[in-house]
Amino acid sequence: MVQPVAEVVEKPAEKPGDVKIEQKVEVTKEEKPVAEKITAGHVHLSGCTGCLVSLADNYEGLFKLLDDYVDWVYDLTLADVRHVPEMDVAFVEGSVCLNQDLAVEELRETRKNSKIVVALGGCACYGNVTRFGRGGQWNQPSHEAFLPIGDVIDVDLYIPGCAPTPQQILHVAVMAYLLLKGSDEQKELATSYLKPLMDLAKRGTEACGCDLMFDVINQSLCMGCGLCAASCPVRAIDMVFGKPQIDTSLCIKCGACYAQCPRSFLNMDVINEFEGITELVAAAMGTGGE
Amino acid sequence: MVLGNYKQCVSARATDRSILARAQDGGIVTQLFAFALDEGIIDGAIVAGQGEQPWQPEPIVATTKQELFAAQGTRYNICPNMALLKEATRSYGLDKVGVVGTPCQMQAVRKAQLYPVGMRYVGDKIALAVGIFCMENFPYQGFEAMTEDFCNVKLESAAKMDIGKGKYSVYTERGAVSQMPLKHTLKFVQPGCHVCLDYVANLADVSTGSVGSPDGWSTVFVRTKNGDDIWAKAMAAGCFETKPIEEVKPGLELVTKLATDKITKNQKHVDERATFGVRADGSGKALRSYL
Ligand code: SF4
Ligand code: SF4
Ligand code: SF4
Repeated sequence: MVQPVAEVVEKPAEKPGDVKIEQKVEVTKEEKPVAEKITAGHVHLSGCTGCLVSLADNYEGLFKLLDDYVDWVYDLTLADVRHVPEMDVAFVEGSVCLNQDLAVEELRETRKNSKIVVALGGCACYGNVTRFGRGGQWNQPSHEAFLPIGDVIDVDLYIPGCAPTPQQILHVAVMAYLLLKGSDEQKELATSYLKPLMDLAKRGTEACGCDLMFDVINQSLCMGCGLCAASCPVRAIDMVFGKPQIDTSLCIKCGACYAQCPRSFLNMDVINEFEGITELVAAAMGTGGE
Repeated sequence: MVLGNYKQCVSARATDRSILARAQDGGIVTQLFAFALDEGIIDGAIVAGQGEQPWQPEPIVATTKQELFAAQGTRYNICPNMALLKEATRSYGLDKVGVVGTPCQMQAVRKAQLYPVGMRYVGDKIALAVGIFCMENFPYQGFEAMTEDFCNVKLESAAKMDIGKGKYSVYTERGAVSQMPLKHTLKFVQPGCHVCLDYVANLADVSTGSVGSPDGWSTVFVRTKNGDDIWAKAMAAGCFETKPIEEVKPGLELVTKLATDKITKNQKHVDERATFGVRADGSGKALRSYL
């Protein structure tokens, strides 16, 4: 299991030169006539960095995001900052290992310093593959208590999935910006958009393909569309006679299927506006009107 | 919102005789996808192909007109087309995906685009979503019971099924027709349909169904900018013969009536869920409602 927290936090900044370059970039940014930005960062706990790669997989979208909407104030990989600073939105990747005090400390620090804590990806939301950690692995054989971050701190919003998709991350980032800096109307839209993902955070820290049986089929809500099967990253779901059949031995507990199912939540006030919202996000990203 | 947002509504049928001859109604879906394939508007479409059991649909990705034609006609049981939504962009390598589905499946498409939790780089590749009117759907086994036990036709020897005018009708290859009253099919409806508040696929780019138009024609709602754009191109290419919906019988009045009936009935069911199975002390409840 990757344990970047201890390593990086304890490591002295080896190349002070890098810091200067970072600062220069900051200065150039400030000179641009852009609207007020929100501050956000990435907190890396026990995850594989796939969530962060997914953020980066927005390609030009990521640059646009950083140019116009977000000051990225904390990130072990991208920003040379040692301690979790104050920020509007913290994207936390990975579960928290309770056998490692520093991880717990950093997570608590994150909660204290952030307005909105987002559990980014299946591991932070539900434990995901780290649920299968049972100790004995190199290079930390005594690490085995990998918990979803919601077991340790209050989490505001979930982005489930393994990896979470670049598009879902982008949508949340844009909506978080609108929520904090937008017009009243935009705030309202952002609130409606984000609410179901906030409800997911309230729903709990356990996920499994079984959720489709317990909370959709057993609730007489499944209508056999098959979207759950499409969303599963490990193809654990087959559609058999119009209902999902889950191979639980394949399921990695990422939570994507249930969140993606149109019968887990379907907030029509938002979904009905699909054309407008798609255009809004495209316009914000400067990709509209093609 | 009974009929959803739309830019125009017409009664239409395909001009391609071979499509029309095999069509359930006006051949709209097949003709529209065939045109979109020809024009490169889509690279392929997710449609209902033939599954393992007789009359069991199975989602397929059709990338040729032959495959589209082979998938024509309605089979009244569940076809989980959304299961291929991501796969169409992966194994099949489509950049522009066409997809047909029920109203609930159009809701799935839009949720996949707005909340792409497990749909990496899929949303922007959905190039044409065609919705079909839907009152309810049946699990395969219920559909089998209706056809074989009630209508007394072996599925293997059925040539066509049809729902309309208050009856479920099965036509055999030898020309016999057997029917059952629609009300007797109710117990076979999949329960997930009872919370469904959409009859005419409000979230599709273009939605279509037989209701409202004369035999052999279909009612068509053109809904989104994208749908409008594609429909205009198809019209310009002479794909469809159309009549203003106001001039055909029974027209929009019947569509509105059926949509209202469905929504009213199901809204009542949704409301009942709020109290269904609540304990004597007022705690708990048996069934969740997602709405
Ligand atoms: S996504 Fe939901 S409604 Fe659709 S088949 Fe899966 S469980 Fe059923
Ligand atoms: S079944 Fe698939 S999508 Fe659902 S939780 Fe398991 S791994 Fe994730
Ligand atoms: S009635 Fe609604 S839920 Fe049932 S298949 Fe039709 S569109 Fe889907």
